[in-house]
Amino acid sequence: MKTIEELNKIRIEKRIELDLRKNSNADTREKHILVCNGTGCTSSKSPQILENFNKLIKEKKLKNVRVIKTGCFGLCAKGPIVIIRPEDTFYAMVKPEDCKEIIESHIIEGKVVERLLCKDIDGKIVDKLDDLTFYKKQKRIALKNCGMINPEEIDEYIAFDGYRALARVLMEMSQDEVIEIIDKSGLRGRGGAGFPTGKKWRATKDAKGDTKYIVCNADEGDPGAFMDRSILEGDPHSVLEAMEIAGYAVGAEKGYIYVRAEYPIAVQRLKIAIEQAREYGILGKNIFGTNFNFDIEIRLGAGAFVCGEETALLESIEGRRGQPRVKPPYPAQSGLWGCPTLINNVETYANIAQIILKGAEWYSSIGTANSKGTKVFALGGNVNNVGLVEVPMGTTLREIVFDIGGGIPNGREFKAAQTGGPSGGCIPKEHLDTPIDYESLKEIGSMMGSGGLIVMDDTKCMVCLAKFYLQFTVGESCGKCTPCRIGTKRMLEILEKLCKGEGSEYDIYRLEKLAVNIKKASICGLGQSAPNPVISTLKYFREEFRQHAIEKECKAMECKALARIEIDEEKCKACGLCQRNCPVNAIEGEGREKRRINQNKCIKCTTCIRSCPFHAIG
Amino acid sequence: MLDIEFKGERTEHTVDDKSPSIVRDFNKCILCRRCVATCKNIQKIGAIDCIERGFESCISTTYDHSLNDVNCTFCGQCIESCPTGALHEKENINDVWAKLKDPDTYVVVQTAPSIRVALGEEFGMKIGTNVTGKMISALKALGFDKVFDTNTGADFTIMEEATEFIKRFKENDNLPMTTSCCPGWVRFAEMEYPENLAHLSSCKSPHQMFGAIIKSYYAEKNNIDPKNIYVVSVMPCIAKKYERQREEMKVNGLWDVDAVITTRELARMIKQANIEFDKLEDQTFDNPMGEATGAAAIFGVTGGVMEAALRTAYELITGEELEKLDFEEVRGNKGIKKAIVKIGNKEIKVAVVHGLGNARKVMEEIKNGTADYSFVEVMACPGGCIMGGGQPIKNSKIRMTTDIAAKRAAAMYSIDERSVVRKSHENPILKEIYKEYIGKPGEHKAHELLHTQYTPMEEYRI
Repeated sequence: MKTIEELNKIRIEKRIELDLRKNSNADTREKHILVCNGTGCTSSKSPQILENFNKLIKEKKLKNVRVIKTGCFGLCAKGPIVIIRPEDTFYAMVKPEDCKEIIESHIIEGKVVERLLCKDIDGKIVDKLDDLTFYKKQKRIALKNCGMINPEEIDEYIAFDGYRALARVLMEMSQDEVIEIIDKSGLRGRGGAGFPTGKKWRATKDAKGDTKYIVCNADEGDPGAFMDRSILEGDPHSVLEAMEIAGYAVGAEKGYIYVRAEYPIAVQRLKIAIEQAREYGILGKNIFGTNFNFDIEIRLGAGAFVCGEETALLESIEGRRGQPRVKPPYPAQSGLWGCPTLINNVETYANIAQIILKGAEWYSSIGTANSKGTKVFALGGNVNNVGLVEVPMGTTLREIVFDIGGGIPNGREFKAAQTGGPSGGCIPKEHLDTPIDYESLKEIGSMMGSGGLIVMDDTKCMVCLAKFYLQFTVGESCGKCTPCRIGTKRMLEILEKLCKGEGSEYDIYRLEKLAVNIKKASICGLGQSAPNPVISTLKYFREEFRQHAIEKECKAMECKALARIEIDEEKCKACGLCQRNCPVNAIEGEGREKRRINQNKCIKCTTCIRSCPFHAIG
Repeated sequence: MLDIEFKGERTEHTVDDKSPSIVRDFNKCILCRRCVATCKNIQKIGAIDCIERGFESCISTTYDHSLNDVNCTFCGQCIESCPTGALHEKENINDVWAKLKDPDTYVVVQTAPSIRVALGEEFGMKIGTNVTGKMISALKALGFDKVFDTNTGADFTIMEEATEFIKRFKENDNLPMTTSCCPGWVRFAEMEYPENLAHLSSCKSPHQMFGAIIKSYYAEKNNIDPKNIYVVSVMPCIAKKYERQREEMKVNGLWDVDAVITTRELARMIKQANIEFDKLEDQTFDNPMGEATGAAAIFGVTGGVMEAALRTAYELITGEELEKLDFEEVRGNKGIKKAIVKIGNKEIKVAVVHGLGNARKVMEEIKNGTADYSFVEVMACPGGCIMGGGQPIKNSKIRMTTDIAAKRAAAMYSIDERSVVRKSHENPILKEIYKEYIGKPGEHKAHELLHTQYTPMEEYRI
């Protein structure tokens, strides 16, 4: 049990100790080797790297060198990542066997290992993290501590202002003052719909009931999204602190974190964090000697996408089949076990402590008129810098894809970006300069969603894209309401027909008709937004649908049944490369003859297209 | 409509007809989940719920077992709520037709108290119309050799149950005693409260008692070989289909009752025979087994068994005539009704529950030892047998706007009011049979014919 004074003491002492993490000119002889231990880097052997470093330090009896296990740095494409502080050297794609060289050369001799340094988009070799274009345009609020602290050490969190916001709230502020700050900051729900957080808090506070609950929605289910996972893995205490602040503000004493069982590292670190917070008396009874009590429990989700929908999530916490309830009443009026319940997303919570400490004005100065602050995106797909990025609202898609993301690999062209997962839509080339915020994304037929951002190049077929997302929703529909259960299945069947070349123009009409009706008639957000990928691809790529339906052609060659590969006789130089690479001997012609593709044999694998040096095949 | 605009894959399900009572054909199911809500929220059984996800989702049981092998009580309330007929009773019409056509079989039919106030609805009559006379005519027209009244059986039940209660009350033996005429309730108790089975009365249900008497006393008296008698019960209930084939429901190796059909099945038979029901003349039950009292007539409504038992118990204990026959406090639609009845110098606390959700509440009290009643009447269906799982199905619009239970109950109470004899122990035919054949209630012969025992079914408990 710690008092505020003791906590402040830890903060001051630890902050001095950890100064080198933030200050590259820190006056210290210590060196900290930070090794990313997020899920991505873990799967490429970063725990092994960590172990090797520790072994080497022991072997060489090095003093003043510490190896720190951290959360995600963001640049997952270049993982596993190792950073050495205070000089801020950034090593990318480190293998366990590279540890020796780093220790011997960098730590002992002070010479940077050049071959492990990262190349920036322009090809320049960069040795400092902050110099990478990837980080330059970012602004980190929710991810502030990710990659900075050891998530399994509460003291490190405290050193960087951890639990100061909670102390301030409990000691100096009334419930209404807390809610007012959140309200004024303009923070909106980061789960996807963007409901103003302050309003939600107030509604829960004003709701009648003696028992109230705080719930954290960490059931991140969108394909390609990993923002919440990274926050929980890199900075679990920030979520705990915010939940406690929320508990104080609305008058709740119990919180639940509903997290997917597929996030074992996040769950493990949350458990450690809760344990440590309880030990310090930050969770439990009479926190900081006040009469405020709060405790948090973890509930594991079994992996159903629909459990990310708030009412289905509540059903699941209560131990029932995860299927949505009819709204209203909203959870703020009647949530867990019929009690008023506040549900916020992980990323929303991750912003709270900062807002309390730095003020509503600071937060609302970032972003656009209606969307304040920053947003974390999980950047994926055909883009160079796959990873986690946090940008101020209003940043354009072009900046994210081309500056931060480093553009499209293999010299391909940008075709579209998909935001919002299966509930969102795609953004075509002509809208690349749209500033990203809740309203403008909605206007162009997509949505913010939880933050998955998948970039596609011109080899991607948009009918296939729609089909992919529909497959996902069909598999994840809970089956409660008919439009979603049967309607999405019928839509998928039509899309499959189109991809096989068995569709007609009438099918496109039927697809649209179904989409509109499913949107109108479904009970929950999953069904209401399930047709979005179809609607938005139809909006921007109708011609592609028509080609599939009428001309029976898939220009992106993704639909194998419709792809037709031919050799341009004028461009063909008869080099024979394609012939040698073809796995099924479908290419005919000898010697100086121009080559031809035997369409009966061709399996449309596109190997020839990639092997032709003259771009004669397509 | 000439064509379906959106054709595509369909889910296919096998039909579950293993149970003696309910058939589930989920190819007809539209997943509206009214059955789930009924089972889970009203009856508080939870035998069925949704399994699988999305397009594959369907209503099923634990581990997709047959309804026969899970904790279903066969109350049949799910059938009443199903809008598409995906759930329906296991039909026994063809068995009955076959026996009716067989000249060597003496086919006897008995009809439960609740049939006469509901059968008319199947022929477009108003809810709560009493069609006793027309029903008897129709049964005779269908070719049954004798048409008897289960109400007579109900009088036997009261005699036995009241006698048992008085004995147990005096000896303070396993109180509170609960009724046992409802097979859904019996199955529920056997599954969920196996350690409390001693609280159940050992009496068989009225139609089983009556079947046993037909195959013994009546067969002997009329010189018919009981093997050639085929007893058909028309019941408002589908659990009765299960009850009749329980091993202990046999006397001398013969089933008490050979077939159970529901109100709906009887209506179907009448329609199959092209009988114009509304134009039938009124007839009366065959004697000597068709004579019943007003006490038996109200057996089908919640509180009815209690009221009938109290009338008899009062007079048997005190030996005085009961002045006011109506026990208003046990009537009505409240889930759990409690009353204190003064009999002689003793006060008897009784409770009446209907709906298994309410029954569970009372059973929990009994289990915890907090129940201070002496006698409890339980009916598994909300409203009692008049709202049983075999009664005519009303669409949700009617159910939401009309109090069907109240209308059917009113018809029953009016039969009671108009009866000359309103107390079971005063039934002349009963007196005669006890005198001539059975002896005294609760004694050896009565036990052989009219009582049963229960087996715990713990493996079904969830």
